[in-house]
Amino acid sequence: MRITTTVNGEQRQVDDVWEGESLLYVLRERMALPGSKNACEQGECGACTVYLDHVPVCACLVAAGQADGREIVTVEGLQVEGELHPVQRAFVEAGAVQCGFCTPGLVVATHDLLERSGQPSDPEIREALAGNLCRCTGYEKILDAVHLAADRLSTSEKQ
Amino acid sequence: MTTVIARPESHTKVIGGRVGDSPQRPDGNLKVRGEFAYSSDLWMEGMLWGVTLRSPHPYARIRSIDIGPALATPGVSAVLTHEDVPGEKLYGMDIADQPVLAIDVVRYQGEPVALVAANHPEVARQAAKKIRVDYEVYEPVTDPIEALGHPGWNPGQHSTAPVVQVVELNAERARLHPNGNLVRHLKIRKGDPAPVADVVVVGEYEVGMQDQAFLGPESGLAFPAEDGGVELHVATQWLHSDQQQMCLALGLPPEKVRLTLAGVGGAFGGREDLSMHVHACLLTLHTGKPVKMVYHREESFFGHVHRHPATMRYEHGATGDGVLVYVKAAIYLDGGAYTSSTPAVVANAGTLGIGPYVVPNVQVDCFGSYTNNPPCGAMRGFGAVQVAFAYEAQMDRLAAELGMDPVELRCRNAMTEGAQAPTGQVIDSAAPVEELLRRVQSMPMPAEHPAAGDTDLRALPGGVSNVTHGESVVRGVGYAVTYKNIGFSEGFDDYSTARVRLEVVNGEPTVTVHTAAAEVGQGLVTVEQQIARTELAVDRVVVHGKDTRVGSGGSTSASRQTYVTGGAVKAACEKVRDVLLGMARRQLGHTIAGLRLDDGKVVSDGEGVVAAIADVLGDRVIEETLQWRHRPTEPIDPETGQGFAHVQYAFSAHRAVVDVDVELGLVKVVALDCAQDVGKAINPEAVVGQIQGGSAQGLGLAIMEEVIVTGGMIRNPSFTDYLLPTMLDMPPMKIAVLEYADPHAPYGLRGVGEPPTISSGPAVAAAIRQAVGKPLSRVPIRPEHITGT
Ligand code: FES
Ligand code: FES
Repeated sequence: MRITTTVNGEQRQVDDVWEGESLLYVLRERMALPGSKNACEQGECGACTVYLDHVPVCACLVAAGQADGREIVTVEGLQVEGELHPVQRAFVEAGAVQCGFCTPGLVVATHDLLERSGQPSDPEIREALAGNLCRCTGYEKILDAVHLAADRLSTSEKQ
Repeated sequence: MTTVIARPESHTKVIGGRVGDSPQRPDGNLKVRGEFAYSSDLWMEGMLWGVTLRSPHPYARIRSIDIGPALATPGVSAVLTHEDVPGEKLYGMDIADQPVLAIDVVRYQGEPVALVAANHPEVARQAAKKIRVDYEVYEPVTDPIEALGHPGWNPGQHSTAPVVQVVELNAERARLHPNGNLVRHLKIRKGDPAPVADVVVVGEYEVGMQDQAFLGPESGLAFPAEDGGVELHVATQWLHSDQQQMCLALGLPPEKVRLTLAGVGGAFGGREDLSMHVHACLLTLHTGKPVKMVYHREESFFGHVHRHPATMRYEHGATGDGVLVYVKAAIYLDGGAYTSSTPAVVANAGTLGIGPYVVPNVQVDCFGSYTNNPPCGAMRGFGAVQVAFAYEAQMDRLAAELGMDPVELRCRNAMTEGAQAPTGQVIDSAAPVEELLRRVQSMPMPAEHPAAGDTDLRALPGGVSNVTHGESVVRGVGYAVTYKNIGFSEGFDDYSTARVRLEVVNGEPTVTVHTAAAEVGQGLVTVEQQIARTELAVDRVVVHGKDTRVGSGGSTSASRQTYVTGGAVKAACEKVRDVLLGMARRQLGHTIAGLRLDDGKVVSDGEGVVAAIADVLGDRVIEETLQWRHRPTEPIDPETGQGFAHVQYAFSAHRAVVDVDVELGLVKVVALDCAQDVGKAINPEAVVGQIQGGSAQGLGLAIMEEVIVTGGMIRNPSFTDYLLPTMLDMPPMKIAVLEYADPHAPYGLRGVGEPPTISSGPAVAAAIRQAVGKPLSRVPIRPEHITGT
């Protein structure tokens, strides 16, 4: 099967895709975009979160064929003109990254949360990110990172 | 040969910060961009995919294996069995008893039997299903007490008499291994063998099997080298232990088996044993092609060892005013099918088995058994976690019996510097047990939960799915304190190797630190940079990728890397500094007293700055490689358990506050506060990160995490059914980090990673007991235990 998509703003086409493959597999193994992570491949951890037509989804649950003709943004596509996105920068600065395997999914999920809600409260953040497992951090510094990114984004919007 | 795509050059970013600062991770930017190359991200032109066929039975004899139909499948390049293992067919870290591929018997569900390499992972998986294995199925041994022929107990009865009969085992069940089913029996005999006390409490406790649940699956990429050897890029905790075991299995010398650490997505003990290492190399050597193997989550539950489940019986005796007179304990740890690190886990559970208390009379019997359950081995806390649930529950039970406050009872019996451990070892640095308890006790309490009805449902146990709206929510508070040995014990030659190079690059003095010590997420690469920057007063420090081209760094476990590899880096830097200062003295042509390094300069006490490091060096390179050891420990006496077994102890305490919906059995941990002595915080923010993450794993074991095994079969090998704490489950934490230097350790530091995983769970369990008023002697505590339904 042939799949044609737009990934991180670029038109991408891959051939000989087996119909059992997930979008996650195609991104990681056929498009050289391994940033989205394969922690559970059953929709339970959020490490593979990507935007599919502007909606965050678990790429492991999307069949490759469903992505045909659609627009995908992965963690690799969040940088702005070669600079880290404020969400990415906040994760590093807040110490929200240890092993980092959960990080790409959390960065995309946080990016989405802050698009929808400028200054989310703690309970809102916890609920929005409860689908993203992290085994290293105990989540405290992730919460800090989300607040830091929210502050930075809202300040830059005001300017 | 093409090179591996996305070779981890992760640690070359230069960061600022010295010892005691909290610089950002050098690999942080790569990680947030999704560009950090984990072991499952590697790719090579023409690579094959390897998969493993595993036993569906916990115990069976293999009559025959037919690989014909699998090998005939289009796209398949190789199908291998034990016959294709060229070297030793059994492997293991200390005791080689685990087949690389099953030979005639399988001893646990999920044991590797055969391997397939194919051009697509699905082709390989389908082909593996065509391998025909004819099994004669045996009844598995599933009880670690029964396995030893010991009389069992009736858990939860808290009686002194054994009530379950000895179960007779037939020949194949009585000896899962040639020497029987006992891995190790550790005895502690201290003081009076028949002590008497005013007050006695007895309790029986169980701890379920916990999974490390690192998010990055077991994975790696092997490829053949031109010299007939093999290269493996892999996620692991100890490259050189892997290399040694792989050489034996592959029949190759160490110079032909080269390992490079790929990005590691967490470890927590679950990557101490080999997983796909030898398998991928066998396939690559057989096919001459690169081979990638990546476990999926279900396979990962079978692909690494777990935390030992424990069954424990404790008896505590005290005077009427709450001074401990004796502790007797029998501890059974289920080692599962193979040895792994069970002997050392038994040692920890036994020697640390009564907690950080002063007790004159101690009798502990700690057993590790072989069964047909999944193999158990290392997980963060390593033997100390299980016993802490028991001894801390006993302290609460004793306090209740005496009518004392649980914190007062603990403080009355707390270890202090100079106290004797049950091994007779004198604690020869700070032991601030009482202070840690007082610290968490005096932290502000969270707000009372609001009256039923007007509550934000998200704040209730069970969150928005709570159906009672909080009418039956009861609050409880619990405390726990613990201690843990740091580093490898019992006379183990525990060292690390560091190579430090100083040279001028683009006009700037540059230090390169090369160790093989695994970075698994904890931040060792940051700490290595901080130490080099501190010792050599140079800003630009690069941490070389981790591989076997330098000597062993020892294991990333036992909270030991900052201590031992940190110590090695410090010592190598000191040697480089001596050489540099010698050069400076010669160049300056006179003897200046008190030369030292400061901010890229050579400074003398009397004359201030005398030269720039870059000028002293010119185009010369100083490189020093050395091994560094912590002070030696001793084996313990096999009959009495006495000896200088542990190099260092680290202490932590937690206070947990929980809301329990006693009608529904739902628990919400409202606060989980911690105080820990770290000796010296090399990177304070990273220390806090370890405390937060470690505490979450303890909370998980207390209320939700268990690999459920019945009849030797894992019933929940997925993140759907094995529940991990989410962001909704972890409360905010207040944390106090104490720094009482250990004079024996570099910078006075203590290992940090494990203690918080040990004391957090027992504190949560204590808080739930206080709220519910039931003994709750098994963890994880499930809703049905609370409601009694
Ligand atoms: S990998 Fe997709 S949700 Fe876990
Ligand atoms: S940082 Fe390791 S899983 Fe989140």
